Amino acid sequence: MSSPEQTAIRATGLSKQFGQLRAVSDLSLEVPRASIYGFLGPNGSGKSTTIRMLCGLLEPTSGEAHVLGLPVAGNASRLKARIGYMTQKFSLYGDLSVRENLSFIASIYGLAGRRARERINELQRRYDLVEQQTQLAGTMSGGQRQRLALAAAVLHQPELLLLDEPTSAVDPRSRRDFWACLFELAQAGTTILVSTHYMDEAERCHYLAILDRGVKVADGDPEELKRETGMHVVEVLGGLVGELQETLSDASDVFSVTQLGISLRVLLPTRCGEPEARVRALIDPVDRGARVRLVDPSLEDVFVSATRSPSR
Amino acid sequence: MRGGLLRLAAVMVKEVRQLSRDRLTFGMVLGMPLMQMLLFGYAINMDVRDLKTAVANQSGSMLSQRFLSDVRQTQVADIIITTDSPQSLENLLRRGEISVGIHIPSDFDRRLTDPNRPAAHLLIDGTDPTITAVANQLTSLVPDAPSGLTATRHIEVRPYFNPEQRSAVNIVPGLLGTILTMTMMLFTAVAIVRERERGNLELLINTPVSTPELMVGKVVPYILIGLAQVALIVALGQLLFEVPFAGTIGNLYLGAVVFITANLSLGLLISTVARTQFQAMQMTFFVMLPSILLSGFMFPFEGMPAFAQFLGECLPNTHFIRIARGVMLRGADVADLAGELRSLGLIALVALGLAMARFSRRLD
Ligand SMILES: Nc1ncnc2c1ncn2[C@@H]1O[C@H](COP(=O)(O)OP(=O)(O)O)[C@@H](O)[C@H]1O
Ligand SMILES: [Mg+2]
Repeated sequence: MSSPEQTAIRATGLSKQFGQLRAVSDLSLEVPRASIYGFLGPNGSGKSTTIRMLCGLLEPTSGEAHVLGLPVAGNASRLKARIGYMTQKFSLYGDLSVRENLSFIASIYGLAGRRARERINELQRRYDLVEQQTQLAGTMSGGQRQRLALAAAVLHQPELLLLDEPTSAVDPRSRRDFWACLFELAQAGTTILVSTHYMDEAERCHYLAILDRGVKVADGDPEELKRETGMHVVEVLGGLVGELQETLSDASDVFSVTQLGISLRVLLPTRCGEPEARVRALIDPVDRGARVRLVDPSLEDVFVSATRSPSR
Repeated sequence: MRGGLLRLAAVMVKEVRQLSRDRLTFGMVLGMPLMQMLLFGYAINMDVRDLKTAVANQSGSMLSQRFLSDVRQTQVADIIITTDSPQSLENLLRRGEISVGIHIPSDFDRRLTDPNRPAAHLLIDGTDPTITAVANQLTSLVPDAPSGLTATRHIEVRPYFNPEQRSAVNIVPGLLGTILTMTMMLFTAVAIVRERERGNLELLINTPVSTPELMVGKVVPYILIGLAQVALIVALGQLLFEVPFAGTIGNLYLGAVVFITANLSLGLLISTVARTQFQAMQMTFFVMLPSILLSGFMFPFEGMPAFAQFLGECLPNTHFIRIARGVMLRGADVADLAGELRSLGLIALVALGLAMARFSRRLD
């Protein structure tokens, strides 16, 4: 995954400073072609800023990025025809219909006449917009709007798609459909960089980078990340959840405790040998009835272990 | 090149479609000229009239009678009281019963040909500046009379004393420029800011559409709208105020195209500076005010201090008002207008150039 033909994006030491705020700091990443690469991070972690630097909308304070084999600096306009960008906020025209929006985009990318018509029909069919084609985009549901935005972003058949939180205003069912479209595109050879703050979406990516306050704290494929958390995860199912959480949090060797419904998820660094016994010993004085078992780390645990400083 | 034209056409079609769905803007296109014309037309008719006036005519001669009848005909003064002495005029003024007092001395006929003495006295209520201004029109006649003129010539004052007609004739061409300044600049001033606010711009600048395509595509549809406004205002002017049209409509349209382009370009420039639509509107009004005050629309251009004149020369409205007055009132032709057209063209080019240079294809 190191030759330029196989790498869609290579960034080294990207940083962006907004006044006092370092929105992205020293970020390096390598995105292989035809893969789905996820940016996972909470709001404000620098996902949008990074994507904007990759398409030339923002100039990095330092560092550089190569996209589709070209340095972004100085090639922004040449790259525009090869990149599809879906902004975080819906950015097509709410006062134009689905079809009008698509024909506008088609003309902008140099498609006219029959070729434009055919491509638009094809996209409307593929993204289930045929019935809405005369509806004003501003009056559509979140899911329909996302499909329209995706259709517009792929209209010119870009090699690289940058999707900034494409599903944040969409119901779970539409999200599933949307991801089906993404897999199809990746299958056909499109490289997709997608940002999200949903764990289940991150799970679907071929590769993942976890961002926290502008810093990439982990990357790899989701399975590998889960294997290499460096944490044991112990689940505690029991009565006095609140008190147990307090007790566990106070223990110096417990990395973090998170409540999930009526259970607790306890992260302990792998250097403690017997995680279940250790947790048992900690909680027995409070609640002997609680059940304890070792479970596999989830992506959420990866995220917690990568982003949270050890509990106080 | 073909791609460029296609993109340009796409931007124009998009603008027209959006405009046709934007009822507020559409209403402004038609409503603004209509409302302004009626408003100003009303104000024109409401030029201070029927000032309460008393007369003390100590002469009673034929000439003095005719003078008074002319004064009456102006409708500026409404003679409600006739008295016998200047003292009683003063009393009436002091009590606020009248705004103007006219004192005609017994030797009025002789004074008319005497350059050293005023033929009549005008006593006015100086507390209200509008009254002062209007009454000054009356005053300026009598004492300004050059010696040697016959009395009849002297009282022949009708054209001057016809504020109704005179202001409408001057105001409609000025209004034409002022309305166009207001609407045209506002359209483009909010155009790019609105796309920025709604997030459209982040998508647009990531496509192959170029800055000139975007700018020109936004300007051209509004030129047509502006020309429609010109037709509307000229028609209203003729219909409501019988404003004459001495020149050819083609010359007016020639001036209007360049003028409208200049305003739209200034609007685009504002649009690249303003961060929000509200700021864009504020900046537009910031240009609007001098366009009304320093363009010769409200006050005679020649009477302004040099610095104000210089500012006025930088405003499109100043040049267009000269063109519109020239074409409509004097029947000026293209050769007469060349200088003003050049100035307008220059303003348009500079503003458009600056707007394009300022327009950033990045977000930072
Ligand atoms: N144009 C900007 N000017 C100043 N600060 C900004 C700008 N854009 C983003 N930021 C700040 O940078 C940080 C990262 O923002 P962003 O990249 O939008 O995060 P995310 O997309 O992960 O939510 C945030 O704290 C945000 O407030
Ligand atoms: Mg974001």
